[in-house]
Amino acid sequence: MEDKIEREVQIGAPVQRVWELITQAEHLGTWFGDAGADVDLRVGGELELRWAEHGKSRGRIERLDEPTAFSFRWAPFEDPGGLHPVEGNSTLVEFSLAAEGDGTRLTVVETGFAGLDATPEQRKRNFGGNTEGWRLELGELVEYAERVAA
Amino acid sequence: MTDARTEVFAALADPTRWRLLEALAGRGRGTATTLAAEMPVSRPAVIKHLTVLGRAGLVERRRVGREVIFVIRTEPLQETASWMAGLASDWDTRLAALKRLAEQR
Repeated sequence: MEDKIEREVQIGAPVQRVWELITQAEHLGTWFGDAGADVDLRVGGELELRWAEHGKSRGRIERLDEPTAFSFRWAPFEDPGGLHPVEGNSTLVEFSLAAEGDGTRLTVVETGFAGLDATPEQRKRNFGGNTEGWRLELGELVEYAERVAA
Repeated sequence: MTDARTEVFAALADPTRWRLLEALAGRGRGTATTLAAEMPVSRPAVIKHLTVLGRAGLVERRRVGREVIFVIRTEPLQETASWMAGLASDWDTRLAALKRLAEQR
């Protein structure tokens, strides 16, 4: 595991249809949130996803290249009020769409976990350094360490 | 984010600390001196990085006779790895719902 999550799905529907489902508020509020969504569909525009039981999350659109690339930064973590996404509390979610036969290959990559909560103050306290992605695989390190400890 | 996880993320976001963890994972233990010999940074810098790792619970400091040794602790790493596995599985659930929606006629 890295500081990155990558997932892919094959969908039996055209790219344009999938693009609508991932960018239109009426759809995002059903498959992503479950209690509606608001989307100001432009780069820099705000996005709000709502869940009946978990409150809401806010995002900001970073990239909008119809119909192949859509990305937003969001602050999803344990805050029912929905924090505004800023450095240190948010990750970047990137959707990529590619036509494959009659269908669509949709890839989602979420990055930036290594920078979470690294405020300038915390970085200073942690002895400088730029926040970087993890170069090693976390899972491998755990396995390695446990083999030695055993 | 819990405070404990915050400390783990901040501790992991530095290449030197990753190298220290890797060195400790390979051997199980090390002193500031033996670790500094393998790193491109000074012994005092190694000690500072070990302090950050210690605050996140990723290494434990033990005194053995006149020596201070550092050992790796895997529990916080496992907790972080399983938290991220949970987020990945959230994505699988969402994408499955999206696929159903897209394919319904």
